[in-house]
Amino acid sequence: MSGVRVQTGLDQRGVEFDLNLDDGEVLAVLGPNGAGKSTLLLLIAGLLRPDRGRIEVGGTVVTDTRTGTSVPPHARGVAMLSQQAMLFPHLSVIANVAYAPRCQGQSRSAARTIAQRWLEAVDASHLADRRPGQLSGGQSQRVAIARALAAEPRLLLLDEPMSALDVTAAPALRRLLRKILRTERRTAIIVTHDLIDALAVADKVAVVENGRVVEHGPVRGVLSAPRSGFAARIAGINLIPGAISGPGVIRTPWGADISGIGALDPGVAAIALFRPGAVAVHLDPPHASPRNVIAVTIAELDMHGIGVRVRGADQPDGGTGLAADITAASAADLDLEPGKTVYFVVKAQEVELHPALSAAT
Amino acid sequence: MRKTWRTGGIVEVGLPSWIYVPALAGALFILAPLLAILLKIDWAQFISLITSESSLAAMALSLKTATASTVVCVLVGAPMALVLARGNFPGLRALRALVLLPLVLPPVVGGIALLYTFGRQGLLGHQLDVLGIQIAFSTTAVVLAQSFVSLPFLVISLEGALRSAGSGYDHIAATLGARPTTVLRTVTLPLVLPGLISGAVLAFARSLGEFGATLTFAGSLQGVTRTLPLEIYLQRETDADAAVALSLLLIVVAALIVIASASRRLTGPL
Amino acid sequence: MKPIVGVIAVTCVAAVAAGCSSSPQDTDGEVLVFAAASLKSTFTELGSQFERDHPGSKVSFNFAGSSALVAQLQQGAPADVFASADNTNMAKAVNAGLVAGDPIDFAKNTLVIVTPPVTSWRIDSFADLIQPGIQIVVCAPPVPCGSATEEVEKATGVTLTPVSEESAVTDVLGKITTGQADAGLVYTTDAAAAGDTVTSIPFPESSGVVNTYPIAVLDDSTNRAAAQDFVDLVSGPQGQKVLAAAGFAAP
Repeated sequence: MSGVRVQTGLDQRGVEFDLNLDDGEVLAVLGPNGAGKSTLLLLIAGLLRPDRGRIEVGGTVVTDTRTGTSVPPHARGVAMLSQQAMLFPHLSVIANVAYAPRCQGQSRSAARTIAQRWLEAVDASHLADRRPGQLSGGQSQRVAIARALAAEPRLLLLDEPMSALDVTAAPALRRLLRKILRTERRTAIIVTHDLIDALAVADKVAVVENGRVVEHGPVRGVLSAPRSGFAARIAGINLIPGAISGPGVIRTPWGADISGIGALDPGVAAIALFRPGAVAVHLDPPHASPRNVIAVTIAELDMHGIGVRVRGADQPDGGTGLAADITAASAADLDLEPGKTVYFVVKAQEVELHPALSAAT
Repeated sequence: MRKTWRTGGIVEVGLPSWIYVPALAGALFILAPLLAILLKIDWAQFISLITSESSLAAMALSLKTATASTVVCVLVGAPMALVLARGNFPGLRALRALVLLPLVLPPVVGGIALLYTFGRQGLLGHQLDVLGIQIAFSTTAVVLAQSFVSLPFLVISLEGALRSAGSGYDHIAATLGARPTTVLRTVTLPLVLPGLISGAVLAFARSLGEFGATLTFAGSLQGVTRTLPLEIYLQRETDADAAVALSLLLIVVAALIVIASASRRLTGPL
Repeated sequence: MKPIVGVIAVTCVAAVAAGCSSSPQDTDGEVLVFAAASLKSTFTELGSQFERDHPGSKVSFNFAGSSALVAQLQQGAPADVFASADNTNMAKAVNAGLVAGDPIDFAKNTLVIVTPPVTSWRIDSFADLIQPGIQIVVCAPPVPCGSATEEVEKATGVTLTPVSEESAVTDVLGKITTGQADAGLVYTTDAAAAGDTVTSIPFPESSGVVNTYPIAVLDDSTNRAAAQDFVDLVSGPQGQKVLAAAGFAAP
């Protein structure tokens, strides 16, 4: 059984990871800044040593603190790509791409041929003789991808490769990554805080918060039914935690009751999920049931597509504030502004109740 | 009345006009003695003074030994700079302080220390003597003295360049399959080449002007150990004109070195 | 413009103040003597004696290489007396019109071979200095003791091959006392001053090459009487006694 298996901890950075990846799969790692996502990649690449644990790449154990095994980074078959392309400034583009083959012992001409092939694969052949300083951000990243692939790695690690690119360059690069990763079935881990990257490129997604993996699973599953606050936020879904207090009712830690759909036993820790589009915003609390009425102080108003997303202040337990999507006309009619208290109303049928993750926030 | 307008460009907000006065004073402080020497030169005799047998021997020896000691500094200093910039072990700070020691020591003190190490009865000199290797009074001693005082210049210069270059590129090179020696050879050193060159130039200039340690440790013999500064010191006793002429020669060489090292190529990025 | 004027003004005042404090006082009884470095201990003693004999007087010294002293005098350094380690430098001073009257010789110095107290080399004569493998240091020819060495070489027909030619006698002595060299040539006074740290080996040919020390009152002296008194002390019986004790020969 091949693939990537990671079980490590590093106290210095406060991380403890446990995740797996099969051959040919792409895993997207999502999480807030400082969660430890880059640390994960550095541990797998061998650029950071863990305090304890075991890392396996493609059937080879590259790190094992119990047996004292630690394969140096140059021998792991793991190539890395970061936000900045980091092309070697003193070498031409084609020399950059030929670097890995040269390290592997190829002659100058053989390495050059290999490099040309990879430059073609990323649509950058015309840049072969330029210097890195003459390339744009998007072009540099293309070349960086070619350079990493020329190393024929067993595992590709991408650390937020699109975040330094502007809005016009990112989509092209995303398409390229999709082609290279999905269609060619490469094993890869891509760290990103952008949901679209996960959707375009990944098979599975893992959410990292405070140095721990709090959620993982197939992309669709996690994003349509997130279990952790962060996943919920980026999936744009409202999440309220609590415990089942009666059939179809969840009681929040601050004493509010939410009704929803879901057959769970009383006492079970659960979460209530509902889409912002299912929320109506009222200035006065309505009295029709079965509806959930939640008092919310408005924190911000954003344009969301052609409508307005009303975002409330953080929930009493620190969780992300609830969101409601309404039309621009409604927003104008209601005369909404930050600081105003309004009422979010959502029908019970629109609320899903799910069991909470055992170690979730 | 219309004020003339300077061409467009950056507005300097941290450079008040009064600062030009002390800066100018400092510049004059350095230029005035040089000017004084220029005025004192007996130009009629100049060429014959600097092409005399002893002058040429001293100049040739100075260039030879300064080059040799620069090579020593690079071979020994580059690894030291790498260890200081990238290493991580207890006592690193103390090591860096020790490396800087020759910078603050009066050169004569350095010469005395070298004497007690490599001299005929010195710590190592005694052992070397048994092996038949005599360092005292030889050109090797001159190179040692110059290397001792110039090493910190190269180490500090290169360490600074290594720190600002950072390890990012090295990491990438490693993940692409480069072994540590390959990383050093193909990525680390090429990227800090300007820093290495400017450090070497500083070391060369310092070696060229080295006097106190050479005099104390190596002695003074034409063609063997009497470098240009020592020749000037000797000529001062009897022939002031020769001393001044040779001083100007040394100044010109030093100026050429400084100008060469300030060229754009060496102060470029990284 | 204002700040610049202020800075220039301050600089001028400072320069004047520095200038004022460096010029010697013209009060009666102050004598400034420029003397060769090899005269340091003897002249310091004579200076104290002078101050005892002439209460209220003060003798200060500037000890340096004779040619350096002449250079300073030529640049206009103010002094009352000049004592040189050789006639060449005194002649330079005379030719530059710096000397009042005639210089008088007050001492002679001859060369002597010195070795470290414990040495495996057998040296009985000047010719022993060219034994194979021996490492000797001498003064460089431009320096007075160096030219004396050259004269001995000419007189004896023995050409030395030193490993180092120093610019100052003290450096030669230093190399002997620290065991860096096997033998060297210095003045008898230097050897005497070094005491037990060196072994002196006189050689007959040394008497053929003698360094004469002249002393003179300077034309620029602001205290001719006291300056002349000092010269008299040096060349008189008291001075000669002190000089002889240090190893100098009579003029």
